[in-house]
Amino acid sequence: MHWLFEPGLFSNHTVRTALLVGLIAALVSAVVGVFTVLRGQSFAGHALTDVATAGGAGAFLAGVAPIIGFVGGGVLGAGAMDAIGVQRVKGRDIATGVVLGAATGLSALFLYLSATSSASTGATQMILFGSIFTVQPSTLPVVAILSGVVLLTIAFIARPLLLSSLSIELAATRGVRVRVVGLVFMVTLAVSVGLSAIVIGSILSTALLIGPPASALKVVNRFWLGAAIAVVLGIGATWAGIVFAYDSYYWIPSHRALPVSFFVVAFVVVEFAFFSVVHRRRRGRPATAIEDSSHHVETQWH
Amino acid sequence: MFSSFMTNAWLSGTIVAILAGVVGFFVVLRAASFAAHAIPNGAFAGAAGANLVGLNPLFGLISFAIVAALSIGATSRRSRSDVATALSLVLMLALGAAFLTLSTEYEPAINALLFGEILGVSSSQLLPVLLLAVLCVVAILALYRPLVFTSVAPDLAAAKGVNATFVEISFLLVLALATALTVPIVGALLTFSLMIGPPAAARLLSKHPARALTLSITLALATVWASIACSFEFNLPIGFFVGTFGAVLYLCARVSHARRAVRSVA
Repeated sequence: MHWLFEPGLFSNHTVRTALLVGLIAALVSAVVGVFTVLRGQSFAGHALTDVATAGGAGAFLAGVAPIIGFVGGGVLGAGAMDAIGVQRVKGRDIATGVVLGAATGLSALFLYLSATSSASTGATQMILFGSIFTVQPSTLPVVAILSGVVLLTIAFIARPLLLSSLSIELAATRGVRVRVVGLVFMVTLAVSVGLSAIVIGSILSTALLIGPPASALKVVNRFWLGAAIAVVLGIGATWAGIVFAYDSYYWIPSHRALPVSFFVVAFVVVEFAFFSVVHRRRRGRPATAIEDSSHHVETQWH
Repeated sequence: MFSSFMTNAWLSGTIVAILAGVVGFFVVLRAASFAAHAIPNGAFAGAAGANLVGLNPLFGLISFAIVAALSIGATSRRSRSDVATALSLVLMLALGAAFLTLSTEYEPAINALLFGEILGVSSSQLLPVLLLAVLCVVAILALYRPLVFTSVAPDLAAAKGVNATFVEISFLLVLALATALTVPIVGALLTFSLMIGPPAAARLLSKHPARALTLSITLALATVWASIACSFEFNLPIGFFVGTFGAVLYLCARVSHARRAVRSVA
């Protein structure tokens, strides 16, 4: 196994923190991601990482703790998207787009100001691409607590949320307050991607939010089983990516380690390709995938 | 503000605005914002890759933008299109991150690609940009009827035998080309803002497609010109102004739209 686990991998504090943070981020992203994929809100999920990034850049500039900027920016963005009309399927695309456009403008301003006003370089890359290897162990408790809040909220609204994700009409006739549930989910999504954007960067945040759940939903039609598979896939890709990124330092003669995000995304995409092939092979049998079966809601979810 | 070193900024800004006004109108009409966001970011990775191997960044931009457009177009027919777009996007960005790590490029060059450097447009860059922009606008005009038809009434268009897949892929390719052009000038992040804010506002203000398209071009031009002027005056990045003006335009259009709706009810 020496070829896989290069010397010092597990005795390294940075790597241990990264593995732990990766575990938390992958777990939360997978659970929230299953709903995001089911509801067709991948764009919002991705856009909120960029909005959170704008908040993070603002916090960096103001000298506030970055986590406040990331989470606060994400929640504000979610509120703005909801106000413009993310709830209606038709207006969703534009609402997300307008908020994202405004947020990238703010990012440009904040990053420019922090690049010109302070001597610290690398702020842009740090904020945009993030690195799991730069996580300070001291941020771990905050991340863990907020993750717990996200998971509890999801557990609390899981049933009405699932119902309204599969069929808004059916949920409404059953007395679910679709609009409230949708807003609560958007805010939860914002907190979750804000968290993952700060610890693993905005690229990985989207990759872990969408990739593993989309893979899992290709092959199973039971919600909690799908979530469980997504969690396993997400954590697997993250840990494998961390190990490979650590090892890659020894691969290139110039000793430049390749970024973690590169490896994790590669694993996530390979997983998705694999599950797509499995899905297509099984397509001869009766279709049971969640995405095709909103009319099965009654029989399958109760 | 109108001195000689600003000439190229005004010219290239004008070209980009017209292009974004035209292409963005169909992005809004077809609800393709996510693709319009993903393709410039994919193109950014291409530029980073071209930088690494010492090619002209425009080649990297164009080839990666086309690959992104095709992968979004090809996979979206089989599975959920937003998932396909998201995964294409993160794959491109991750490649970009890897290229950046390997190259020795310093940070300002990366910021220029992300946020644009309209003041740095050289005269030799201007001609290819103009030619490709004309090509994009001509392609859109040639596709005008099927584009509007498949966007507004997809079922009717299918019944009439319009090949929706062909229209979609062609549109994504034009979007890719337009993106590759605008990225070096206003940056990967702001190409998107320019393609969404002004066209979305225009669409709210007029129901008639041709009139809305004209309005979209006008608003995009106003946004870019005002942004260049403010950027020059206050010495702040142009991207900030493009993003802000785009959002403000959209909000104003929303307010006026809501007022008209109230009046027509009353």
